[in-house]
Amino acid sequence: MEKLHLEGSAKTPTIDFNQETGVLELRGRSIPENSIEFYNPLHEWLDNYETSPHHTTILDMKLEYFNTSSSKCILDLFKRLEKMNGDITAVHVNWYFESEDEDMAEAGEDYQAIVQLPFSIIEVEEI
Amino acid sequence: MAITDVYDFYRKMEDEKIILSFKGEFTADLLTSVLHILESKMIELNIDSKKKKRVFNVMVECFQNLYHHIETLEIDTESVKIQKSALIMVKHVDGKFIVRTGNFILNSGIAELKRKLAMVNALTTDELRALYQSKLKKDARTDKGTAGLGLIDIARKSKNKLEYEFLDITEESSFFCLNVVI
Repeated sequence: MEKLHLEGSAKTPTIDFNQETGVLELRGRSIPENSIEFYNPLHEWLDNYETSPHHTTILDMKLEYFNTSSSKCILDLFKRLEKMNGDITAVHVNWYFESEDEDMAEAGEDYQAIVQLPFSIIEVEEI
Repeated sequence: MAITDVYDFYRKMEDEKIILSFKGEFTADLLTSVLHILESKMIELNIDSKKKKRVFNVMVECFQNLYHHIETLEIDTESVKIQKSALIMVKHVDGKFIVRTGNFILNSGIAELKRKLAMVNALTTDELRALYQSKLKKDARTDKGTAGLGLIDIARKSKNKLEYEFLDITEESSFFCLNVVI
């Protein structure tokens, strides 16, 4: 199946979803006014992916900023993977934050508390 | 207003340490430009990364609140021209950023907004975090498609109480002023 690649913009993250590796990456900033519209194609791609996923699915969240409008969409994404997680594909979330960005680390912990998925919160120099 | 009043305007903005101010209708493109200008300004001012992110987050939520609010106002009435117009102002004074917004609001929406503002102002940092988590988890969106988390996030990131006023304008509308210090 086709990879999903969306180039990032001033308000939207770069998306790289790859069925062959099972790596789904969101990188950059997610601050669009209409988040639902932006996240829809990701769900459409996942509709296909879940029919034949890679045996491991790694969601790499490398966000610099996200607005509250995106926060629900990000949760929807996690919920979706939560349902997918099982024998066919083992899902793992990597939540990245830049050193000293305790707000982003906290945001990761907030999701970790809500979502039933293996979750790593990873500190990096720069996203 | 005389042409030379431009200088008074200039002086006022300079004295008040206003780094950006805009009055008019907000569109998504306008917000992109405004945020870009403010982000560049923060880099120019050498604001440390943590603070820069907090200020940027607060600005995004404040301005997008206006954007979504304006979007819901009815169109095709004469009064809307006034109502849709809003004001934003960002000041940088003594190392603090002050984000101010002003917009028209229907009086019917005031009670609910006042309730939300009073609630976030009454909560501690930990309580705000718990409220954010529980609202996020509830998996509900407002009729505007927004998360209803904006004010909570503004309070969390600014680490300050939100200051606000409602000014009477007409029988149906008021002017809502919000002041956030980061």
